[in-house]
Amino acid sequence: MDTAKLLAQGVSKTFRSGRQALETLASIDMTVAVGEFVTVIGPSGCGKSTLFNIIAGIETLDAGKIAIDGATEHERAGKASYMPQKPLLLPWKTVEENVMLGLDVRHVPRKQAQDEAHELLKRFGLMEFAQHYPATLSGGMSQRVALLRTVLFNRSFLLLDEPFGALDALTRLSCQMWLLDVWQEFQSSVLFITHDVREAILLSNRIYVLSDRPARVLRVVDVHLPYPRQPEQLVSADAARLEQELMSLLLKEQHV
Amino acid sequence: MKLRKLASYGPAIVLVAALLAFWQLYVQLSQISPRFLPAPLAIVAALVNNWPVIYDNTVQTMLETVLGIVLATIFGLGLAILLDVSAWMRRAIYPLLVTSQTIPMVALAPLLLIWVGYQLPSKLIVVVLYCFFPIAVACADGLASVEPELINLLRSMRATRGQILWMVQLPAAMPSFFSGLRIAATYSVVGAIFGEYVGAEKGLGIYMQRATNSFATAQVFAAIVVTAALSLLLFGLVSLIERIALPWYHGAAQRA
Repeated sequence: MDTAKLLAQGVSKTFRSGRQALETLASIDMTVAVGEFVTVIGPSGCGKSTLFNIIAGIETLDAGKIAIDGATEHERAGKASYMPQKPLLLPWKTVEENVMLGLDVRHVPRKQAQDEAHELLKRFGLMEFAQHYPATLSGGMSQRVALLRTVLFNRSFLLLDEPFGALDALTRLSCQMWLLDVWQEFQSSVLFITHDVREAILLSNRIYVLSDRPARVLRVVDVHLPYPRQPEQLVSADAARLEQELMSLLLKEQHV
Repeated sequence: MKLRKLASYGPAIVLVAALLAFWQLYVQLSQISPRFLPAPLAIVAALVNNWPVIYDNTVQTMLETVLGIVLATIFGLGLAILLDVSAWMRRAIYPLLVTSQTIPMVALAPLLLIWVGYQLPSKLIVVVLYCFFPIAVACADGLASVEPELINLLRSMRATRGQILWMVQLPAAMPSFFSGLRIAATYSVVGAIFGEYVGAEKGLGIYMQRATNSFATAQVFAAIVVTAALSLLLFGLVSLIERIALPWYHGAAQRA
């Protein structure tokens, strides 16, 4: 039987502080097949990051069920590799040591961790920065290092929360291509958050559109563009129509 | 580079030289009694002539100072970690910490002589009481300054509380720790001398008191000069250790 990488059913979450209750997620259903690239888009502040925190095991859920690799046990931390919006590299560690962070947490022997980090840095063209401190890296470089850290911790399932949101357009595009390269190399399953419709179309197999808070799934669309993807594909008639459709959906949800 | 750095101290050197020259001239021209105000050259003469005795006392003070700082560091760091354990702990301990600094040392130091005697321990207690506070407060702030997203990242990797403290919080707190330590280093010499002043067998504090009582004002000033030099030396030493220990914080691009 082919188990999905991620199966979420009726996931709900309400934040309470004192008498106030903030209903954030209203019964979300979501699946990510093994090796699939799935993107979640939605208006800002709709609870996408909360959904990620729940899947990553940082936050608890009020109702519903989440299965990763078919296992539904309560403790999910460590089963997916999580990359937040900011690169969050440790300034006192070199690029190489930052990439090794997840392995250090898992007590992987130093030498073995270093070998794995080197292999990854070489394959993805960052080896010359291995001994640099993060302060010397550009924004795009920092995000690549953070992504390799994420991949080295667990390459089978990546949770990426708007990783390229803060980059300029050109750097962003090269990072997107680079991410597709990483994804194809490791055949990872990816769940990706963005509020950029074009980014979602360029990268994913499937797109979940979420509503404004409390977030529900408004629509699920498949992107039928062939891989390997190129930016030029975005101007094809299919992609343009999809972009229009998603945009108008999101505009209705956006409150100024 | 070195020369330029030296040159940057130029204005300070000129000012000090001018003040000393004025002081020397004033004492010589006004015929003021050397018991009331000794001239700078007389202070230098007193320092040279009494050097064996002053040196002996300096070694004792230095021993108290350095041992005191080491103990204060251990105590301060431990307290900071304890404060960081939970919000409850912080609320319980922080007020006590602040209150401890309101106890007048003038009242406490003589009591310490009664409780623990004239020897080293009573001086160490005074130094620790002076020094632990800046270290503990700076460290606690440093530990708490870590971005919550970074803590979440580690939690998503299934890191334990201890791992988060050891791998992220403590290294992140090091710059604050050294700021606290620099303040503590300058307090420590004053603390040791105060501890000796109320009663000791040896040390710059008791030396100053004896010199004052016998109106050997030039010797009092000589001891003050040594005290100042000792404080500056310790301050410089802490800064040097910081530069070596935290290359990333001082703009190093790569691991040396």
